[in-house]
Amino acid sequence: MSMMNIFNVSGSAASAQSQRLNVVASNLANADTVAGPDGTAYKARQVTFQTQLMGANANDPTSAGVRVSTISEDQTAGRRVHDPKHPSADADGYVTYSNVNAVEEMVNMISASRSYQNNVEVMNTAKGLILKTLQLGQ
Amino acid sequence: MLNRLTDALDFQAQALNLRSERQRLIASNIANADTPGYVARDMNFAQALRNATGSMQPAATLSASQPGHITGNAATDGASFSTLNYAAPSQTNLDRNTVDMDRERASFADNTVKYEATLRFIGMQVKTTLSAITGQ
Repeated sequence: MSMMNIFNVSGSAASAQSQRLNVVASNLANADTVAGPDGTAYKARQVTFQTQLMGANANDPTSAGVRVSTISEDQTAGRRVHDPKHPSADADGYVTYSNVNAVEEMVNMISASRSYQNNVEVMNTAKGLILKTLQLGQ
Repeated sequence: MLNRLTDALDFQAQALNLRSERQRLIASNIANADTPGYVARDMNFAQALRNATGSMQPAATLSASQPGHITGNAATDGASFSTLNYAAPSQTNLDRNTVDMDRERASFADNTVKYEATLRFIGMQVKTTLSAITGQ
């Protein structure tokens, strides 16, 4: 039943997208985190996807799933705000915040949730077709 | 005798098999919509069906020179990969991904309808044969 593989393919994509959503949630939660005593604030994270062939035959290009290959940290410097009264201010009176860009994260979130919905719809359609196939001849 | 009864279903069965392969292929494209560097594929359905039903020789066959070798039959060994083409991107992407989600969704819906149509053809043929057998 070659259609059964659709669940593996779309399932892997849904899982990868939910991992991306999870990373976005971490980034947004830490958008206003300030640097601790070590001077480094939270760094925004980003997932990278990679194709993963899932067919019975290793060269089969028709079953291409997705997996998260790496989660990389954004190395740009964090936002620095002059606030000498802040408990976490450094010697010059500056507070270092995390380098999360809330707008980028929101866009990322919408993209991830749309992709997730697409994959769920694909699985629903495949399920309907398989059920109809099972009713063949009745 | 039984062969002759089921021969009529063979064509539709091959079509159904290829439809499910194409469904899987489009599902893979949709799954990889956000994968950098992924190149969308699609199936030349007419060509694949011609190959599968044997009205045209497949592009390549496996030679079986030893007793243990399997015979490569394009009709049964998956979607005879030679009929898979690459989609031409309509809008280029910075990450070299060529999945066009609008087109993939349209193809997916199209393939779903045609899969159901093939299912119905088979169902009707079975019903016809059954009514011939019962003679009513």
